[in-house]
Amino acid sequence: MTTPDWPSPDDRPLESGAAAEARMRTLTRRSILWSAGAIGLSWFTIHRSATSPIAESDGIPGQLRMVLKLNEKAARGIYREDRMSPQFAASTAVELKTNGGYGLDGEIDESSHKILVRGLHNMSQAVPQDGDEPAVEITISHIKGLKPYTIVTEHKCIEGWSAVVQWKGARLRDLIVALGPATISGAEPEIYKRQNDLMPYVAMETPDGSYYVGLDMESALHAQTLLCYEMNGKPLTTEHGAPVRLAIPIKYGVKCIKRIGLIRFTRERPKDFWAERGYDWYAGL
Amino acid sequence: MPGSLHKKHPLAIRWFHWINFPVLFMMIWSGLLIYWASDVYFVGSHKLFPQSFYQAMHIVEKGDDGKFHGRLALGMGWHFSFMWLFAVNGALYVLYTAISGEWRYLLPGRQTLNEALQVVLHDLKIRKQRLPKRKFNGAQQIAYTSVVTMGFGSLLTGIAIYKPAQFAWLTSLLGGYQVCRFIHFWLTMGYCAFFVIHILQVIRAGWNNFRAMITGYELIADETLAATEGQE
Repeated sequence: MTTPDWPSPDDRPLESGAAAEARMRTLTRRSILWSAGAIGLSWFTIHRSATSPIAESDGIPGQLRMVLKLNEKAARGIYREDRMSPQFAASTAVELKTNGGYGLDGEIDESSHKILVRGLHNMSQAVPQDGDEPAVEITISHIKGLKPYTIVTEHKCIEGWSAVVQWKGARLRDLIVALGPATISGAEPEIYKRQNDLMPYVAMETPDGSYYVGLDMESALHAQTLLCYEMNGKPLTTEHGAPVRLAIPIKYGVKCIKRIGLIRFTRERPKDFWAERGYDWYAGL
Repeated sequence: MPGSLHKKHPLAIRWFHWINFPVLFMMIWSGLLIYWASDVYFVGSHKLFPQSFYQAMHIVEKGDDGKFHGRLALGMGWHFSFMWLFAVNGALYVLYTAISGEWRYLLPGRQTLNEALQVVLHDLKIRKQRLPKRKFNGAQQIAYTSVVTMGFGSLLTGIAIYKPAQFAWLTSLLGGYQVCRFIHFWLTMGYCAFFVIHILQVIRAGWNNFRAMITGYELIADETLAATEGQE
């Protein structure tokens, strides 16, 4: 194929002769006016976004947050629970660098550690908490009593690095089924049949409340979302979140909360440590 | 100097081109804010960008504690806003080019390689002969087709690292998460290289050529037109 000549021999010029230059000047003037308008408008738009007010505990300008929320809508629109984070050979797993120590101060005794649970359909087992709402208490043996799963997935940090890690733990989904979260209608929860009736969010916090994440219910129920007590074949260390942490490979690592002390099912979107510092709340991969 | 006005660049292409300019700038700038958070690429034994570069480019900013902090969250916010404009503008451009027939001038053809070589020799002042009068010469065809292909590559690798679980097939197809990140980054370096050469060439081609990208018309001197016809 040959490129056509330009101007082609039968091209009829817009203007020729003495009038051509004058016409060109008119066209240029008109175009420059258009350009100035376009530059002004785009500058105004970008500047307005960049300086839109930063809501309290939001970390980025409001207009960017608005787009992140629209992106979340699009992502949840195409989300499918049967899409998995790819698995790798166990031999490719590496030592994961410890990137966050929030909420991990002090030692913790696994045998006496209690995870508080709130927002269940049936709260009759709730135990009064000192200066706080009553909560159902579960222990690590509860979690270890659920069917264990092992996955080898690529842990993706929001910073950009990634590392293949082997996780072992119970599916959060199985715990949710066992506990029965509250429903919007008030009826008995049916996890698989009437998922839309469940409280739409899950909140998790460290025992001291200094690190906290929020999850959408679909992601919490994903088959690869595990409450982990083993990493790369060894029990979790303190800095990796012992006695139990979350591994959620369909989200960025920021959602993999360590040393879980509280699980709460809720109708309101839970606060999220990194979302308050400007990051996407959804953080779904 | 008598001449005539010839339509060169359609209105749509001029808009796509000029919209892309600030959009791509925002993508590269916010991409740099993101890259800073895990700047893993080296040239020899040196990090690709030294700390002084980040400071000069305001990628990092001095906090109240006197230390320099990056702005990863802000970078992600901008990047994931402008990605839509970049994708839509790019898709419309390709669609328009395909439907209007403008692709005939842009896609490399049989004579392209030979012509591109002539352009390089001409620009290095080794060859004196006048270049064939075309909308885009062989070197331009290669450059512009490459940069559009690169844009498509950025879009694909971008999707692959943005949603590597939902589009796991794409991420695996392109070689995995870190490979996609690598390609995504180096394509950006490619744009920067393209930009430098593009600007230099626009400057050397002169005001008449540049004006055609704004007004759509190029003023061609009668003698030039006659000389090109003589070449046929």
